[in-house]
Amino acid sequence: MSDAVAATSTTEKLTTADGKPLKAALARSQARNRRRAFYLVMPLLLFVVVTFLIPIGQMLSMSVTNTGFYSWKDRDTGETVPLMVELREWFDANPAGTEPDEAAYAALRAGLAHARETKSIGQIGTRINYEVSGTRSMFTSTARKAERMEPPFKEAILDADDEWADPKLWAAMRNASKSVTLDFYLAALDRTRDADGNIVKVEEERAVYVLLFQRTLILSALITFLTLVLGFPIAHLLATLPLSKSNLLMIFVLLPFWTSLLVRTTSWIVLLQSQGVVNDIGVAAGLIADENRIQMIYNQTGTIIAMTHILLPFMVLPLYSVMRPIDPSYVRAARSLGATSWTAFRRVYMPQTVPGIGAGGLLVFILAVGYYITPALVGGSSGQLISNLIAFHMQKSLNWSLAAALASLLLAGVLLLYWLYDRLVGIDNLKLG
Amino acid sequence: MALPTYASPLEKIWHYAYLVICGLIFLFLIAPILIVIPLSFNAEPYFTFTEKMLSFDPTGYSTRWYDMLLTFGMVDPEAARDGSWWADAWANAAWINAAKNSVIIGFFSTVLATCLGTLAALGLSRPEMPFRRTIMAVLISPMIVPIIITATGLFFFYSATGLANTYIGIIMAHATLGIPFVIITVTATLVGFDHSLTRAAASLGADPTTTFFKITMPLILPGVISGALFAFVTSFDEVVVVLFVAAHDQQTIPRQMWNGIREQISPAILSVATILVVISIALLTTVELLRRRSERLRGVSPS
Repeated sequence: MSDAVAATSTTEKLTTADGKPLKAALARSQARNRRRAFYLVMPLLLFVVVTFLIPIGQMLSMSVTNTGFYSWKDRDTGETVPLMVELREWFDANPAGTEPDEAAYAALRAGLAHARETKSIGQIGTRINYEVSGTRSMFTSTARKAERMEPPFKEAILDADDEWADPKLWAAMRNASKSVTLDFYLAALDRTRDADGNIVKVEEERAVYVLLFQRTLILSALITFLTLVLGFPIAHLLATLPLSKSNLLMIFVLLPFWTSLLVRTTSWIVLLQSQGVVNDIGVAAGLIADENRIQMIYNQTGTIIAMTHILLPFMVLPLYSVMRPIDPSYVRAARSLGATSWTAFRRVYMPQTVPGIGAGGLLVFILAVGYYITPALVGGSSGQLISNLIAFHMQKSLNWSLAAALASLLLAGVLLLYWLYDRLVGIDNLKLG
Repeated sequence: MALPTYASPLEKIWHYAYLVICGLIFLFLIAPILIVIPLSFNAEPYFTFTEKMLSFDPTGYSTRWYDMLLTFGMVDPEAARDGSWWADAWANAAWINAAKNSVIIGFFSTVLATCLGTLAALGLSRPEMPFRRTIMAVLISPMIVPIIITATGLFFFYSATGLANTYIGIIMAHATLGIPFVIITVTATLVGFDHSLTRAAASLGADPTTTFFKITMPLILPGVISGALFAFVTSFDEVVVVLFVAAHDQQTIPRQMWNGIREQISPAILSVATILVVISIALLTTVELLRRRSERLRGVSPS
């Protein structure tokens, strides 16, 4: 009987030994293989989601929300208290640009008194201070008087500080009561809202972020260019030498790669400072006068030199891996056809190294844009990059939402470059040593 | 890179100039790393070569900065150097404590990154893996995303979940940063892996576990170890995440160096730097030997 089944099925449909259609069995087995492969990756994927993607997501949400004005978490009881309830109701009832009336001032007074009671006034003042600087002390001092104020509240509050009439302040408070705000992105791009809610540029002397983004991009491009200029000749040398020699010379590239970043940065401080080795050699050789030693560290020059050194291996390694397989007979053929050595290099050799230049250049640029440690240690004030400003807002000014907004902008730029890198080079081709 | 016999005089000059330029670039690469070694033996608290050092006068050199690594932070550094002195150094010296923390964090984060990373690399190198490219991009991204962004995100996340100021938090963060290196090195080893070997093992009756430990593992081991070393170095050199999420008393070597460089740079930093350079030379040698072994195992002889 089984013979009969087999005989009929071969003419109609291929089946497995237990009589299932071969196509379905194959699909099932492939699905099982896919599942198996996926199960191998799953633990790591979950781990990375928890320790990397969720934290970054949280940072992104931090950049569009700041609860400082309307919510307070009591540290002792752990309870969350809503703040400025009456004022937020007034904002909801009246459109933007409404002249604040007695009701608004009464709501403000109630909110301030409540904030003082819950000891949250500092947080409220800080939040508004991000938008309108110099207002933090206004909040604390007016809140101190709020409890004893008598109606009419408008006069009473303006008596305490006449800056309260400032329409910009009211616009800032209205913005701060929204649960989702793009104000921190505006601030990160040197923009702010005027009293009517229009987006305008901030004053010249307070516009720092766009300039810093520009500086970061320019310095990164310069460093990428320098690594290319320095990396190309040695990658070419390494690629054309016999392997036994090039492996030996490769140590010069790989040892810096393996050495601690802090060690390399320290070395540059030692070498470049005004009493350091480079200046000493210059003085001894008579190139530099002893009294005007060159200041090469704690400024932009220091950042550029140290970062070029640190990122150079990331340029040399991709260049080398592209140059190694290039057949030297192409250049010889070009020479034999009458090209000069420069023409042969420019027209025949160079075009074949373009993938390496692209891979190395993109990688170095991506790494340079987000660099933090080296600029922080050797950059002084003129060599700071955008990462250093993020750290400043995280650790010193404690404007976390602004730090998160700046970080999100930087992240967007880096991810775009990363996507480009994956498109052009492929992350599978990333090589280490 | 031999000069052809038909080269013109100009080409000859250019060729030698090119070699000199390359030599200078190699000097630029290596000099900053080697310069710290002699300077760390400076008898004076300066960062440059003194007259005595240049004339090779033995009194110009000393190991006082290495000694300071032991004594800094000790209760009684002046006591006689017997057993209790060493016990004091082991328990209280700031740099020794930092080294202990660094090794503990480095070890556990390496183990975590290597185990998870190797498993994932095995999955990713299978042709039937769904969404291979996307998942790979996600897993490599901790290496690409600026460290300050990762640290900022972790700061918010750890503050909310209570992982801040814990060893577990730092270990998890460092493992995440080390994972891309493990993935890259292990997948690179698996590219040349001959899958008929596992099929042969299966056809001879080995179950998947036996096949993995007897066939696959020995062949990919060099890649796994290189990846682990990369992960360890990443953790051992990491300072930003530690600055953001660790408690004040959780000092590590890089953090101690960071503080030293920012506050008051002393040649003691150079002696630590020298020790780290020696460690990195050892690691580089190990990785290079492993790479050769891996090539031999896979029958790829260096051409």
